[in-house]
Amino acid sequence: MAQEAENKDTDQYHYNKNLDNAVQYLSFALGKEEYGVDILRVQEIRSWEPVSRIPNVPCYEKGVVNLRGSIVPILDLRERFNLSKAEYTPLTVVVVLQTGDSNKTRIMGVVVDSVSDVISVDKTEIQNAPDFGTKVSNEFINGLVSVNERMVMLLDVDKLLKLEELDQDEN
Amino acid sequence: MSIDMSQFHQVFFEECFEGLEAMESGLLTLDMGDIDSEIINTIFRGAHSIKGGSGTFGFTVVAEYTHIMETLLDEMRDGRRKVTQSAVDVLLGSVDCLREMLTAIQNEHDVNNVSVAKHKTALECVLNGGSKAEESVFSVEKELVAEEVSVNDVADIDKESVESEEQGWKIAFCPYLDLLKTGNDPVRLFRELNELGELTTTVNVQDVPGFYELDPEECNLSWDLKVVGDISGDEIREIFNWVEGDCEMEIQPLAKAVKPAPIIKNISPEPAPKTIPDNPPPKPVEVKPKQVPEVKKPDPQDSDNEATKTTAKASSIRVDTDKIDTLINMVGEVVITQSMLGLVGENFSMDKVGQLKRGLAQLERHTRDLQQSVMNIRMLPISFVFSRFPRLVHDISSKLDKKIVLKLVGENTEVDKAVVELINDPLVHLIRNSLDHGIEMPADRVAAGKPETGTIELKAYHRGGHIVIEIIDDGRGLDKDKLLSKAIEKGLVEENNLLTEKQIFELIFMPGFSTAEQITDISGRGVGMDVVRRNIQSLGGNIEIVSELGKGTTIAIHLPLTLAILDGQSVAVGDETYIVPLVSIIESINITERMLNKVAGKGETFRLRNEYLPVIRMRRIFNVHSGNPTKSKEGVLVVVEGQGELCCLLVDELLGQQQVVIKSLEANYRRVEGVSGATILGDGSVALILDVPGLVRFSIR
Repeated sequence: MAQEAENKDTDQYHYNKNLDNAVQYLSFALGKEEYGVDILRVQEIRSWEPVSRIPNVPCYEKGVVNLRGSIVPILDLRERFNLSKAEYTPLTVVVVLQTGDSNKTRIMGVVVDSVSDVISVDKTEIQNAPDFGTKVSNEFINGLVSVNERMVMLLDVDKLLKLEELDQDEN
Repeated sequence: MSIDMSQFHQVFFEECFEGLEAMESGLLTLDMGDIDSEIINTIFRGAHSIKGGSGTFGFTVVAEYTHIMETLLDEMRDGRRKVTQSAVDVLLGSVDCLREMLTAIQNEHDVNNVSVAKHKTALECVLNGGSKAEESVFSVEKELVAEEVSVNDVADIDKESVESEEQGWKIAFCPYLDLLKTGNDPVRLFRELNELGELTTTVNVQDVPGFYELDPEECNLSWDLKVVGDISGDEIREIFNWVEGDCEMEIQPLAKAVKPAPIIKNISPEPAPKTIPDNPPPKPVEVKPKQVPEVKKPDPQDSDNEATKTTAKASSIRVDTDKIDTLINMVGEVVITQSMLGLVGENFSMDKVGQLKRGLAQLERHTRDLQQSVMNIRMLPISFVFSRFPRLVHDISSKLDKKIVLKLVGENTEVDKAVVELINDPLVHLIRNSLDHGIEMPADRVAAGKPETGTIELKAYHRGGHIVIEIIDDGRGLDKDKLLSKAIEKGLVEENNLLTEKQIFELIFMPGFSTAEQITDISGRGVGMDVVRRNIQSLGGNIEIVSELGKGTTIAIHLPLTLAILDGQSVAVGDETYIVPLVSIIESINITERMLNKVAGKGETFRLRNEYLPVIRMRRIFNVHSGNPTKSKEGVLVVVEGQGELCCLLVDELLGQQQVVIKSLEANYRRVEGVSGATILGDGSVALILDVPGLVRFSIR
């Protein structure tokens, strides 16, 4: 009992110590890779459910679902990053993210293999993503961070969820 | 007990803007000479309630200003004053000024004192019957010039009244045009005033005409003077004794300058009789600015008109009480039906099935009625939009020296509030186009054998599930050949391409397309029409042009009546369900593959009562691969009408009719071609609503 309390205290201590520079990320897996998104952008996590297909759009835009009355598009991140396709199972997860600026926010879901953890990252420990010289989906990556010897790629939600033609239509 | 007045501000502003609109439309309908007292009364009432309200809420600037307007209107009402065009123009300018003031106050900005003072002086000039009033027609240009001048070299106007604890006098001095001809020199007056105490002068130059109209023998300036010091009113009046009858002036003690009550008011009802200049020759006007002893720069914020234009949109709605009453009635019915059903369910046995069915049918009917009356609340008459246009036409036609009448038809047609809000800008653009390019100059019109006065008709009516807004002018019409050659020149169309009349007219919606030889500040830059079309399409509508060279142009805008609910037919394509708006369906036919005719190996047509209609295969156009492929050998043809053109959609199966609530795809996603929106079906899944005209366009490409 006493030990538990102590543990809690140290957790609290670590938390407080990192508070100034800490940013929390939700990490999830795509195949063997691990990615993270700013937790403040995550609205909810849902299980996969069949979508209504939208005709004539890029294949990674899987379709739309009804999320409590609003129509929300679902993107497949594996396909977005040109990774191998995976079968959708009941364990497949949709992370619902918010994007956009102050005057308009959009809600979109991204399909990932599984959600792993919430990680606290010290801002100063985030490294810039190395330049691969090619366009290997590097554009979405904000930086890299290592957590327990694993590399986590931190994604830029706004860039990730920017749909083609979207801005054209708005102009 | 103090009440927080700010809670009423919203209502106050709404009422004020409504009042201003009423005043504006009243002023525009005023017939010169023949005065309808009812109209003047309406205008007067508008002004009066704004004055009262702003007084209550402590917006003294507005109250003071309106008071002057009211005095003028009062005289018009009593017939003591003739209604002249110039007076009406000044009043219209005042309406604009009031609107500016109120918007500024609403957004908690500072009121633009310079422009207020300018309008105020103009009003006072009219009120005091000065001949100057005849010249103070407010054209936009002049206003701008005046503003620039006053910003650059003159004038801080109202500020001093606030800071003044000192003793002294504030004098508004507005000489008649012929003051100089009577041998009086304002500079001499000012010199004498300066001897009494410290004098600050502020000159108003907004009435100075353009350089070429300038008559050096006329005095176009007026002054706001401030004398500080222990001076009696009589001393001041003595100085101005000489010019009495040749000017209008107001003298107020400084401390009370904020109050509207004037101590001395020198009104001469008739313009001063012109006297023969037998006195020493007048000084030329251009020397005067040098004699202005003190020049203050105005607060830069005062002139920053743009900054005050931040639009805070209030999204409230005024609803007829009748509509609310109906709604409450409906809700009552629903509650009764619900309790009846509850009763049936309490001790349910199979013999009550009939009763249950009846109850459910009743519930369905009530729900539908309820839905309808809720939708009705969002409906506003289109006159909310139309009422702004008489002013626009009035202003622009006088600027262009054209004679144009605007006819409004069907103002009471009701449309969704969202449509009302969004249709305004496109309409303004189209009407400006008609004014500028459509209607010819009076001389040209007479030469072409048309009446001198051009007509623009703005018409709204319901057709099917749509509202149609038409802008009809009897101007010069669109020149097909010119359009086509321009398009070829710009590389928008290939030469030798045969285009139908309709397609040629469509060209003007292309970005960057303009045939105007001369770019004016009203239109002609070739942006715009494409934006207009995009705006209308984003509302789920369409725009069409019919024009005949020399006869005129008709632009028709088709808009959905409401943006929230639609009667739909669900159809199956493969495993997917789509909704076709019921209004666009003409009929549906069961067919087999053999009944279709191939055209040039690509397109397909279907012969319906001796008419060949193009067929759109939904499976192909939407890339549907699911479902039983053998089924594609046969299916259902849905004959639809999109923008006046018939077309067939080949689907697998008809599912059923239902009312669907339209949800925006764009809120979180983007516009998808051939799809106007989405809806949620009974099982919670999403179905896309087909955009029939869009599909037709999409399939042609």
